[in-house]
Amino acid sequence: MEKELEETKPNSKLAQVNLKEEFESSGVDQILSELDDTLIGLKPVKTRIRETASLLLVDKAREKMGLMTESPTLHMSFSGNPGTGKTTVALKIADLLFRLGYVRKGHLVTVTRDDLVGQYIGHTAPKTKEVLKKAMGGVLFIDEAYYLYRPENERDYGQEAIEILLQVMENNRDDLVVVLAGYKDRMDKFFESNPGFRSRIAHHINFPDYSNDELLEIGEIMISDMNYKLNEKSREAFAEYIKLRRKQPHFANARSIRNAIDRIRLRQANRVFKTSKGPINSDVLSIIDEVDVRKSRVFSGGIDS
Amino acid sequence: MRITQGTFSFLPDFTDQQIHEQVQYCIDNGWAVSIEYTDDPHPRNTYWEMWGHPMFDNPDAAAVVFELNECRKVYGSYYIRIIAFDSSPGWESIRLSFIVNRPSKEPGFRLNRTETKGRNIQYSMSPYSSDNPQGSRYK
Repeated sequence: MEKELEETKPNSKLAQVNLKEEFESSGVDQILSELDDTLIGLKPVKTRIRETASLLLVDKAREKMGLMTESPTLHMSFSGNPGTGKTTVALKIADLLFRLGYVRKGHLVTVTRDDLVGQYIGHTAPKTKEVLKKAMGGVLFIDEAYYLYRPENERDYGQEAIEILLQVMENNRDDLVVVLAGYKDRMDKFFESNPGFRSRIAHHINFPDYSNDELLEIGEIMISDMNYKLNEKSREAFAEYIKLRRKQPHFANARSIRNAIDRIRLRQANRVFKTSKGPINSDVLSIIDEVDVRKSRVFSGGIDS
Repeated sequence: MRITQGTFSFLPDFTDQQIHEQVQYCIDNGWAVSIEYTDDPHPRNTYWEMWGHPMFDNPDAAAVVFELNECRKVYGSYYIRIIAFDSSPGWESIRLSFIVNRPSKEPGFRLNRTETKGRNIQYSMSPYSSDNPQGSRYK
């Protein structure tokens, strides 16, 4: 068996690899441009992903030439405030790795502490393993990963889940890619107290907050996706809303914007229902008026989570 | 005596890579794959012990190979097989089953002849290994 392998290896070595062709045929190009088109802002994230993609592509080419020795570590950590697009990017990463041939299925399994840690002795290991098995061949996304480690409680079962996770991350490196996500400062603390994690994760990607203009752009895309329209005045009001909302507690970037839009729709529906007499056209049903935005408690200094 | 049964009984034992590919075929067909083990090689021993649960929701075969290796750690000297259930007829029916692990020594079967009424002879067979109680048959 081994002899056979040795014999076939030199033949399978290629003398030349066309990177450009590889890049185009793998479909990575498509995902990267999709990333650019669909995600507003996030410049550093996009550059990092582009860099990672080219590294993996070169690695693949080296493997074809017989230069590779070991499969690269692909585990990643995404740190950033809530609502900065970590899950969305993870989904794209899963697709990217699948196109490049680093994962076999390319599905994303999203879990939090609840899905990994059990409630009594002996419950954690099977639970964690079940999740890991489900994620094999794809990407495991652990949201708010720092909750796994609770130093204030000695008898917490999170440590057990971490140990199993580390073991599988190391031994089954070809089978799954683990992405940890959470707030920057707490992730840093988590890595400090679990040095094993830091060394096993090759790519640390930081997600910056969106600027007000970017949030407005995101909001407008969301609104048009729902088949609503903003007019001049309501757009102005919305921009103002974003400015005010940012200063309030529990601001969660794009997620806050989505919630705000949901409430604006509610107010718009109420207004249309109350004022309409007789038949109405689709414009009336889809235009968001200034009052729909201005009625928000944010403008009167109240909290609007 | 090498015990053979199931789908690929005439082929040599599979490597993990080959097992992976066969299991992936089963999963892609929508069959539920599970792992079973026993230390009683009698051909009429149909129901083996199941290792863990049937794996319904794993899209990739790596999970099954992972569990198989866990099972080997505990029951490495037993017979282990992989079975695939197909539920599309409306009930769970076995589509495929093959042995993935076997004891290093397989002593084979004894033929028992029993004389009954009218000097008739009844034949039966029993594995030599089942002389020992369950759990201490293979080392």
